[in-house]
Amino acid sequence: MKGMTVIVKKTTQLIAGLVFLYGIYIIIHGHLTPGGGFAGGVIIAGAFILLILANGSDFMKLTKEEMGSTMYENLAILVVTFLAVSGLLLGAKTFFLNWLPKGNLGELVSAGILPLYNIFVGIEVAASILSIFLALVIFKEEMSE
Amino acid sequence: MEIAISIITGLMILGALYAIHARDLLSAVIACGIVGYGLVICFLLLKAPDLAIVQIVVETISLIIMVAVVLDSSRDELFSRPDTQGYVSAVTAILLIVVLFYFFKISIETLDTFGKSTLRMAEHYIEGATARTGSANLVTGVVFDFRGYDTLGEATVLVTAVLGILTILRIKGKK
Amino acid sequence: MIPYLLCFILFLVGLYGVITRRNLVKIAISLSVMEFSIFLFFALIGYVDGGYAPIVDPANPVKTYVDPLPQAMVLTAIVIGLATTAMLMAVIIRIYRKYGTFDIREIKNLRG
Repeated sequence: MKGMTVIVKKTTQLIAGLVFLYGIYIIIHGHLTPGGGFAGGVIIAGAFILLILANGSDFMKLTKEEMGSTMYENLAILVVTFLAVSGLLLGAKTFFLNWLPKGNLGELVSAGILPLYNIFVGIEVAASILSIFLALVIFKEEMSE
Repeated sequence: MEIAISIITGLMILGALYAIHARDLLSAVIACGIVGYGLVICFLLLKAPDLAIVQIVVETISLIIMVAVVLDSSRDELFSRPDTQGYVSAVTAILLIVVLFYFFKISIETLDTFGKSTLRMAEHYIEGATARTGSANLVTGVVFDFRGYDTLGEATVLVTAVLGILTILRIKGKK
Repeated sequence: MIPYLLCFILFLVGLYGVITRRNLVKIAISLSVMEFSIFLFFALIGYVDGGYAPIVDPANPVKTYVDPLPQAMVLTAIVIGLATTAMLMAVIIRIYRKYGTFDIREIKNLRG
């Protein structure tokens, strides 16, 4: 898959970093404003997809068989499960217990364990959608040889 | 409010009807985008900003995947002469639509009128939500604290779908 | 009642597309249209007249909020719909590489 013209490449170099930062903002403020882990994760995946589409398929050395994004996805879902099980080991012995202190309403560091959930679910969703897109691009590369 | 939602849903129905009957496959995929982005406006009118953000980005990714499938293959729908099997499926579809309409007419009388819903669990979730979960966003509190098990199941579905796609699109043979 | 009726008509348009079309990509598009109608129905159920969006502002408290429970269910369902559509498209790509056509009648007659 060939890349696009010089104008598109330069524009995406300027914009992709801003889109990535916007995705991180939506994940971290998930308990204060609309958004949360799922929306922010898909936006981060969109920043990477933009870079791959504009620069062609030899951008991140995509012709290798191994993909590093599946490792991030599996690690993130393991951390989510451990956080959920940790409610069983402390306190009132319920699954998904919210055991960190809750703080004041409306501040950034508040609502217990919820920001940690948002961050790791966001990493997992971003890695999943990037893996789907990379599988498609690598399949087209190897079929057209 | 009812009039605005009805107009936008009518436009979505027209877009879906064009997407089914289009001759060119790329036009059909783009007309599917009309339905998706019209749904974003409906979510904003129904006071659901969380859903609007998720739907707009997910619809963009879905359109990218569909266009990647359609672009390097034959882009015309094949000319279909109506034969006996086409007539049988059309008659089956019309019969099914009539039966479903009858059941819809029975069940619409048990729903409350639009805008005055009396769901019992809503008061329980809203009343002590900020004190019990500590988050200002009520939907995030419901998704991760009151109904966290559903979120774990959904993350599992995503991981399984990625596993399935990586298995299907693999062409390395045995060396 | 009119928003519910139009939402149901959207579902029926999708169902008609799945039953009567011969092209695989059209079947996938109609399945996606059926899923959208279900999301719209869930969002319509939870709406309260004069309610506000479910974000609590600690400065000025508000009495009535829109119901947050159907919104939580639709949030999960949207992402699952993306995963299902992506998997369907992967299967369609494989079928096209092997048989060279999108038409389901010719694929049924070829048999490997």
